[in-house]
Amino acid sequence: MTQKPFEVTLDELKHLVSERALEGETMLLNMGPQHPSTHGVLRLLLELDGERVVNCIPDIGFLHTGIEKNMEAKTYTQALVMTDRTDYLNTVGNNLVYCLAVEKLVDLDVPLRAQSIRVILTELQRIASHLVWLATHALDLAAMSVFLYCFRERELILDILEICSGQRMMTSYIRPGGLWRDVPAEFEPAVRQFLRVFPSRIDQYERLLTKNPLFVDRTRGIAVVSGEDAIRWGLTGPSLRGSGPDFDLRKANPYCGYEQYDFDVPLGAHGDVYDRYVVRMEEMRQSLRIVQQALDRLPSGPFRSDNRKFVPPPRSELAQSMEALIHHFKLWTEGFPAPKGAVYVAAESPRGELGCYLEGDGGPRPYRVHFRTPSFAHLQALPILAKGHLVADLVAIIGSLDIVLGDADR
Amino acid sequence: MDVVDQAVEALRAQMRDAIPAVESFRGETTVVVRREAIGQACRILRDDPSLSFNLLAALTAVDYWPEEPRFAVVYELYSIGHQAFLRLRAPLSGSGAEIPSIESIFPNANWHEREVFDMFGITFTGNSDLRRILMPFDWVGHPLRKDYPLGYEEVQFSFNHEEIDRRKPYARE
Repeated sequence: MTQKPFEVTLDELKHLVSERALEGETMLLNMGPQHPSTHGVLRLLLELDGERVVNCIPDIGFLHTGIEKNMEAKTYTQALVMTDRTDYLNTVGNNLVYCLAVEKLVDLDVPLRAQSIRVILTELQRIASHLVWLATHALDLAAMSVFLYCFRERELILDILEICSGQRMMTSYIRPGGLWRDVPAEFEPAVRQFLRVFPSRIDQYERLLTKNPLFVDRTRGIAVVSGEDAIRWGLTGPSLRGSGPDFDLRKANPYCGYEQYDFDVPLGAHGDVYDRYVVRMEEMRQSLRIVQQALDRLPSGPFRSDNRKFVPPPRSELAQSMEALIHHFKLWTEGFPAPKGAVYVAAESPRGELGCYLEGDGGPRPYRVHFRTPSFAHLQALPILAKGHLVADLVAIIGSLDIVLGDADR
Repeated sequence: MDVVDQAVEALRAQMRDAIPAVESFRGETTVVVRREAIGQACRILRDDPSLSFNLLAALTAVDYWPEEPRFAVVYELYSIGHQAFLRLRAPLSGSGAEIPSIESIFPNANWHEREVFDMFGITFTGNSDLRRILMPFDWVGHPLRKDYPLGYEEVQFSFNHEEIDRRKPYARE
């Protein structure tokens, strides 16, 4: 590949900017990939009239690591490890969607204990992700103390994840067929301690922000989007529910036993940045409810399927049983075969609808994996949301969409 | 009759020749649509009030090289009112991989189609902004095609140090 000098001319983008930019009336400003408020490596080309955004052209791909292509070269279990790294703030949720897709493709049942623990960890991960959202969103709007309070609570959740899987973030704990191992004895007291401590902490954040005139001033009436427009532009999750439509995949197409838990789905009325904030704060409380119910009703039993064709046998069996040894060998050297066919499984990530399109070809490696990621879909709507607002509001809008660039670029 | 069956019936009734097949696998329904008719199919599914598949959940493609038809563009539609998914699949041949864009029906198809263009080289006629999105703007090749290499970097040991050094791109002085 020859090394050409790096040049971007206006010709390629002429169809995106207004005529005023070509005449020099408006300014083209680069909010570059390195920017503290773009929540990752997001490059925005802003066409500014003074400080008002006339148009905003997102440029993504700086964090593209070819995860989908890489997964085609690995077996289903090896590819699971790569799913953590798409949306790195919702690692448990990524594992979950991929495992649900694999289990649907090979028609594998997951025992109830594993489903309940999956729900507990997914909801804790949702709270952890919302804490990062709140921390960075508030930090962008100059509420700097909220940042460290949120990260202090997030440490409690990361400690729980470390108890289960040994890893704070890239856990790969949820595997096709169930879990990697059963939760150790320290898990339940740690989660109960978190459930005791956390509600008052959410109250603390709300005391700092919800009725704070500075915060309200910067978020009320910004980037109002109607329900129909939100659906047209593919918004899902809290970004959609802030505008009104009641669409939560945990209620609409339940998975992992969500239908048995009692929880509310908060909805916003106006569809501005403030409503999306309120929706996410309330979602944290509802996640606590789900974790409480799941933990109270945690069934005993196996933590993974006993179908040895897909799930490895416990190591103690290898010394006694020839079949176990053969299964172990086949799974480690070749992997398990999946039938020819395609499935699409969608789950509710903290950002919105996270979907996994998985196509098998009869072999041990996925033929095609595609992650429908909410951040990619939401960034598309950013130019529409940002039109006519100030640059300072743009920072609030990006924060309210809750994008993670690993999610957007994969 | 649930809404997915209703949708298949409506599509079959209004677009008989353009629906070669309807597949069902693991409880999911896939309607195979001829590529020229994809816009009509999406319009029927979105605008019919009893169907109202109003959310384009996902738009992606699969490469079956060296089989023909080489590509299949996969559309995942969701009805928020009926809480049901439906998949549309449009096979494309490898030479002349073009399909009408559905951006006029679902505006959020824009970036998804850009991603499929970037990764597979499938042209979406009528897309207002068809250029690369994930790869750099001057990249040559379409990475997710099956004949595109995975691309490992060769490890530079001492025995092949000079050989690799010659090929490695360095910054210009």
